[in-house]
Amino acid sequence: MSRALILHLGLLAVLLAGNVLLPAYHHGNMARIMVLAVYAMGYNIAFGYTGLLSLGHAMFFAAGMYGMGLAIRLADAGALPAMLTGLAAGAGLSLVVGLLALRTAGVSFMIVTLMFSQACYLAILYFGEWTRGDEGFVIQAVDRTLFGIDLSDPGNRYIAAWLLFSAVLLLTLRLVRRPAGRVFVAIRENEERARLLGYDTFRAKLSALVISGTISAAGGAAYGLLFGYAGASFAGVQYSIFPLLWVLLGGAGTVVGPLLGTLFMFYLIDLSSGFTEAYMLIAGLVLIGLTLFAPQGIAGELRRRLWKGLP
Amino acid sequence: MSAPILSTRGLSRAFHGLQAVSNVDFDLPPNEVRALIGPNGAGKTTFVSMLIGRIPPTGGRIAFDGADVTDLPAHARVARGMAYTFQITSVFSRLSVHENVALAARRRLGGDAAAVDGAVTQALARVGLGDRADDAAEDLSYGHQRLLEIAMGLAQKPRLMILDEPTQGLAESEIAAFKVLIRELAAETTILLIEHNMAVVMELADRITVLNFGEVLAEGTPAEIHANADVQAAYLGTGGADA
Ligand SMILES: Nc1ncnc2c1ncn2[C@@H]1O[C@H](COP(=O)(O)OP(=O)(O)OP(=O)(O)O)[C@@H](O)[C@H]1O
Ligand SMILES: [Mg+2]
Repeated sequence: MSRALILHLGLLAVLLAGNVLLPAYHHGNMARIMVLAVYAMGYNIAFGYTGLLSLGHAMFFAAGMYGMGLAIRLADAGALPAMLTGLAAGAGLSLVVGLLALRTAGVSFMIVTLMFSQACYLAILYFGEWTRGDEGFVIQAVDRTLFGIDLSDPGNRYIAAWLLFSAVLLLTLRLVRRPAGRVFVAIRENEERARLLGYDTFRAKLSALVISGTISAAGGAAYGLLFGYAGASFAGVQYSIFPLLWVLLGGAGTVVGPLLGTLFMFYLIDLSSGFTEAYMLIAGLVLIGLTLFAPQGIAGELRRRLWKGLP
Repeated sequence: MSAPILSTRGLSRAFHGLQAVSNVDFDLPPNEVRALIGPNGAGKTTFVSMLIGRIPPTGGRIAFDGADVTDLPAHARVARGMAYTFQITSVFSRLSVHENVALAARRRLGGDAAAVDGAVTQALARVGLGDRADDAAEDLSYGHQRLLEIAMGLAQKPRLMILDEPTQGLAESEIAAFKVLIRELAAETTILLIEHNMAVVMELADRITVLNFGEVLAEGTPAEIHANADVQAAYLGTGGADA
């Protein structure tokens, strides 16, 4: 077993231990953080590894959340088919968006993804009859049982979040060490060179975006299912910016970075909002500090100082 | 002469009215080392950029290995056996030297990690960078980055290797090693070499094509080109006084 695999399995073991060790408040937070980190890991495939700076990933998160939620609400689907509907919605949407948006690059790509995402957000509001617009809708506890397990129970919820997180973490770890993942990095570093080594870079970028969008959708679907709510705010611009911040903070293009960034920012806001109204100001200052002193993010800094081989 | 591995007919490229390459008919037989020479701005880089598919021509056709490839994207031409090294060094600067070459080898060898490692070790040894495999490409000197480019070309095991001024910025000793390398390589593959260093050209090339103002000015053996008054005029601006 490689050193990288041992390290990541160790992290998963620590997170699993959190289920019995963490006090109730932090236990709940951690379940949320793991699901949001899934979203961040999805974003990281596109942005961190392939260099595709999307400002519209909320549409994929929301595609998962609404694909899942509407399947339950409108079609009375079970939790498993509903989850799969969410995944399919994310995969389909990212394929379509990729085919169109990947004709552009750089700033145009940022703008095009932002516009697509806004269109999705407006569509959720427009079809309020089904989506209940801004208000969103609750997913009843009765609908939240998977294989007979009640996901509204905090312990089960934690384990479910952990399982999804683990699956995506190990998948990412495997992907980035496989030839396909290496091509993503090559594209990030020098797309024309990658093309002239014989790689179909459009196809590679499209795969990266579809993988990224599908994982993001898995995050969104799980978030809705585990916490029992789907709302339009999850499709808003803010939710497109969050994963970018999480990934930048934690370390773009590292496997553990998204978790570290999500964890860090979650508690930064949690703690600072405890003693001031202006918590976003504090969060902003810390962010500026980090970009100045650890521009590669937390895991990027670890990679630079401690272990060059950190995947 | 056997059927050419590469040929162009009427190949042209204009940039906003500037005719960088005009109407070039060009045939390259397999296993030849062909040098492409010409003054600065003659259109050499533009010509080979069209061959590999980096830029589209404004007119004319390109055939590789008997098939018309004019409309194929660059990656598909590479997949058919062309390789190209950049005049302006273009490596993956933040990746390791090993990974740079591995990316070149992997398209051909796929997920077979052992085969890829073998190809990388071999390519790096051939250009003399064997002991630098773990360094980041950006930490290499300029000359070593040029050699890394060549190693990336080698690792692709191309049937046609296009080298755009590979010796630019190399030290004398490195140029000597480069000549040995090209001579070895000539046994395995066809080489199209853009080169300003006339000593290198005269020594390595089987034949030379001279480009001037985007047109083929002359073509022949090194001796013929050396004796050609037009070439002297274009190249040295001396009107062939010392031809
Ligand atoms: N992308 C471009 N846009 C506009 N003009 C260009 C472009 N690329 C090349 N040119 C022009 O086309 C002509 C041929 O350039 P090219 O780079 O092919 O010459 P070259 O023979 O490779 O020269 P050198 O020996 O300096 O490398 C030059 O006049 C150059 O300025
Ligand atoms: Mg040139």
